[in-house]
Amino acid sequence: MSDLKQRLAVAVAGLCLAAGLGSGSAGAADLSFYYPVAVGGPITKIIDGMAAEFEKANPTIKVKPIYSGSYQDTITKVLTAIKGGDAPQLSVILAVDMFTLIDEDAIVPFDDLVKTDADKAWMKGFYPGFLENSQTGGKTWGIPFQRSTVVMYWNKELFKEAGLNPEKPPQNWAELVEMGKKLTKRDAGGNVTTWGVQVPSSGFPYWLFQGFTTQNNAILMNTAGTEVFFDKPGVIEALQYWVDLSQKHKIHPPGIVEWGTTPKDFFERKAAVIWTTTGNLTNIKANAKFPFGVAMLPENKRRGSPTGGGNFYIFKKSTPEQREAALKFVKFMTEPKRAAEWAIATGYVAVSPAAWETPEMKKYVAEFAAPLVARDQLQHAVAELSTHENQRVTKALNDGLQAALTGAKTPEQAMKDAQKEAERILKPFK
Amino acid sequence: MKSFRPAIHGWLLLLPAAAFLALFTHYPAVATFWHSFFSTPKGNRPARFVGLMQYETMLDDPIFWIALGNNLVFAAATIPLSIVLAIVMALWVNEKIAGRGLLRLAYFTPTMLPMIAVANIWLFFYTPDYGLLDQIRGLFGLPAWNWLGSRDTALMCLIVVTVWKEAGFFMIFYLAALQQIPPDLGEAASIEGAGRWYFFRRVTFPLLMPTTLFVLINAVINAFRLVDHVVVMTRGGPDNTTSLLLFYIYEVGFKFWDIGYAASLTMVLLAVLGLVACLQFFYLDRRIHYQ
Repeated sequence: MSDLKQRLAVAVAGLCLAAGLGSGSAGAADLSFYYPVAVGGPITKIIDGMAAEFEKANPTIKVKPIYSGSYQDTITKVLTAIKGGDAPQLSVILAVDMFTLIDEDAIVPFDDLVKTDADKAWMKGFYPGFLENSQTGGKTWGIPFQRSTVVMYWNKELFKEAGLNPEKPPQNWAELVEMGKKLTKRDAGGNVTTWGVQVPSSGFPYWLFQGFTTQNNAILMNTAGTEVFFDKPGVIEALQYWVDLSQKHKIHPPGIVEWGTTPKDFFERKAAVIWTTTGNLTNIKANAKFPFGVAMLPENKRRGSPTGGGNFYIFKKSTPEQREAALKFVKFMTEPKRAAEWAIATGYVAVSPAAWETPEMKKYVAEFAAPLVARDQLQHAVAELSTHENQRVTKALNDGLQAALTGAKTPEQAMKDAQKEAERILKPFK
Repeated sequence: MKSFRPAIHGWLLLLPAAAFLALFTHYPAVATFWHSFFSTPKGNRPARFVGLMQYETMLDDPIFWIALGNNLVFAAATIPLSIVLAIVMALWVNEKIAGRGLLRLAYFTPTMLPMIAVANIWLFFYTPDYGLLDQIRGLFGLPAWNWLGSRDTALMCLIVVTVWKEAGFFMIFYLAALQQIPPDLGEAASIEGAGRWYFFRRVTFPLLMPTTLFVLINAVINAFRLVDHVVVMTRGGPDNTTSLLLFYIYEVGFKFWDIGYAASLTMVLLAVLGLVACLQFFYLDRRIHYQ
């Protein structure tokens, strides 16, 4: 036990020290910028390059990117640094952590920082689907940067082998089941060698699940982030469909499917259709040894997918000069040209319509049309589940989903339990 | 004056270690105890004294009970398994056999690897379909099994990883202890016609008891302290079946930012470990034969 305390204390001291080194000698307009590395590829090199470019254009400002691990690590480090009195000025953090950051009184709304009409126009230039998760109480707290949605990838070769049209992915729930049955292959012993469809459920199953609920025309929470609707019939139905894919139709792997290995399962032809983030597009394009397609998620009552990914936030513990400099940097990073460059390098969805109109982006999609699918799906997209006490509420839902997917509870029971737990957590916010 | 100086010397020599222990062990433990009686500060809302409320919350928290239960199962499985395995391995590599050095090295390798690396290696072993375990099962025509994604096997998988990782470390202690046992005992026993099992049961094992106590204490601490593999392999899932107490404390403290509640959970962990340590020191220690 004392060992644990010791380790924790050393870790915290180390964090404070790291944060201190990052901003200890900071001048008036020096910015420390916490950045999480969430997808594969040479991400740090791209960010360093962009920061250097910015410094060249604004010689009075210094930007120091600090690579802070995953999204989860980043918010942990940022909040620890704030509690230690040594906060960064700027960070990219999950859009859904907005309420947490507001409750911790950590961030300032962008409305307080923008002054000119041009700035106000810039704030309105993003896709509304992405802004939904960045605004509450009439204010904008985050600026969309690396945003994504869930899309469906399919293996055209396996479609052909199963006697299906390789250019026609499943369009609705019924087709997904029907095609999934043809795509699922078993060997002589009855063991499955290829699954028809695979939707990952480790870590953050709620995000994928929100695809199902949106398609079933159900919503999971109110915009104030104070109420959830996990036990509504539409939500239970959606979960029943997901559970049925494996338990009734036997076209989906049983139990919890690992998020991290799902792209690999796709490369290895273990799954003919997968759902995952658009952020994996560049990875899949580089590693799939067969022709593949990217499609919107299938519809039931409507099309739908949640948005996801990270926003820029500016922190409260900063001088007016630093805030101004931080705003300048955020504007620089989300310029159409740079947003396009970023989207091409990573696979994230370019965040403003203007970015899609740049010559670079037009040239890119002329050769490789897949990114357009994510853009076109945006009109059907909804805000990702986000409430006060967000991590706790999503854990309640995640636990319920995993209980249903592993067969420990019926979907109805699982969602009723999750609702009860979430209501208990959200009671102080009513 | 003269009699003072050695004492001052002694204290000065102890000071650095004592200061660090106080700073990083004793102060945090006391502070945690203190914080467990306060609510969690949020933004502009400061912490206020709530008495035993955090502990009452704990009684109603199903995940706490699941994590505690899981941890007891985890401890009950990993401690005896890793100790037995360590003794068997130590006896084996204590014999004069060809390639002994290589074998010792092989047994010790898991200990040298960081737990995060170990967990990632095993993550691959457990991957359904093309993971090592399922490839072996495939040779016998058995179907793929979702090891970490099923409630029935997830915790067991973590136990196996822990035993694999720890046994080699404990083996080193047993090996050192075995080499301390005078060879004339073995010679005397063989003259008397004692069998190998009888010799182990009546001579070797009792002489190993001091080492066993030391290893046991370490094994108990590790059973409640090692959660790196949970973070890498399952994050407590599916549905909390692999959530261990320390992992849950981390989640509450650094994911939910409920510092007050995390402090009270930490006190429970501290109490459990303190109790077990007392039992070991005051009860077991008396029953052990020291040479």
